[in-house]
Amino acid sequence: MKKVYGSATEALDGLLFDGMFIAAGGFGLCGIPELLLEAIRESGVKDLTFASNNAGVDDFGIGILLQTRQVKKMISSYVGENKEFMRQYLGGELELEFNPQGTLAERMRAGGCGIPGFYTKTGVGTLIAEGKEVKTFDGEDYILEHGIVADLAIVKAWKADDTGNLVFRKTARNFNPPAAMCGKVCIAEVEEIVPRSALDGDAIHLPGIYVHRIIQGEHEKRIEQRTVRTREDA
Amino acid sequence: MSNDAKGWDRNRMAARAAEELEDGMYVNLGIGIPTLVANYVGDKDITLQSENGMLGMGAFPFEGDEDPDLINAGKQTITELNRTAYFDSATSFGMIRGGKIAAAILGAMEVAENGDLANWMIPGKLVKGMGGAMDLVAGVGRVIVVMDHTSKHGESKVLKACTLPLTGKAVVDRIITNLAVLDVVEGGLKLVELADGVTEEELRAATDATIV
Repeated sequence: MKKVYGSATEALDGLLFDGMFIAAGGFGLCGIPELLLEAIRESGVKDLTFASNNAGVDDFGIGILLQTRQVKKMISSYVGENKEFMRQYLGGELELEFNPQGTLAERMRAGGCGIPGFYTKTGVGTLIAEGKEVKTFDGEDYILEHGIVADLAIVKAWKADDTGNLVFRKTARNFNPPAAMCGKVCIAEVEEIVPRSALDGDAIHLPGIYVHRIIQGEHEKRIEQRTVRTREDA
Repeated sequence: MSNDAKGWDRNRMAARAAEELEDGMYVNLGIGIPTLVANYVGDKDITLQSENGMLGMGAFPFEGDEDPDLINAGKQTITELNRTAYFDSATSFGMIRGGKIAAAILGAMEVAENGDLANWMIPGKLVKGMGGAMDLVAGVGRVIVVMDHTSKHGESKVLKACTLPLTGKAVVDRIITNLAVLDVVEGGLKLVELADGVTEEELRAATDATIV
């Protein structure tokens, strides 16, 4: 079992093709696979469909793939922070499928768990329900949502061992575990690869079975909205 | 209604909304006025959920202590508490959809007398997305809306029927505005409380919805 690769580009070798479907972890700019996104940009692969809660900002995260027109479609819950995204979307150059945030997370989790569809109350009676099967359980309506299986999942974790067991840090966990689970192949980029047994087996957030390739690298970890209080306020 | 002296300001609305919260509740607060509710919970033991994967959300960090791995659902830097728990997004919305969160307090563009809520989309204008709002209103125990009673143009936002695309159908339990507190009941809205200096006549004049 050799999962550790030398760079994001090496880890992506043989996995990319035009028109592919990629699931990406992250919430806003927190916990995004920034090194893999950069390498995907350099690869020039195009017509990509991304399942990702957000679309980054203009010059960071998935935003860098929008600049180069490599993205054909986004499946997201919120895309508010990206002007280039809006320009392409309003110009009809980019497809957008809005999913409620919890529905998107569950679609990824379900897809990774071999569950092709599930019923949820979320979105009943709204635009989201249009064209979807409605089923009544105990007098309440639910809509059918489909599990997502992506050609590739790209995620960011804090630490990994060489078998791919992952540990995340604080709210940077977010969509990373469900995104990882729904990929036919998953690449994780981490801040530190640690020796086996350095991670407590009781405290693994995502078992290595979901992770096929690992890289270690320096992360910018940009902050989207810096909010602070001054010490005098305390 | 344009008399500024009447009714509640943002902070008074937030303080009134905080009265809805009971000791021991797990609560999700939306962006805007709902965020201010946290300032008014006093001694009550309230656990704030942030849907990006955290229970037990603390205040903004001191300058220099910002952590890029620690943000709230509005993508703002925040802090943790000594009882904080982190989890992934699927687990987070599992607890939301599963009815484990006692209440959500959120803003709105429009609310209707049957409890319909619209707060995510204006057709023809820039659509940013619903984020977690649809999951929250469908899943949590109690949905409390905090918003201005009328638009900038003086039109009622408390309506017989919503005109904007819905976030949820028949999901709102209580509405707290700058003019009043209203409950969604059979046949329309029931007046619970008037804001400072507001008369029932003034409230009715500013409200499109049926007040029963």
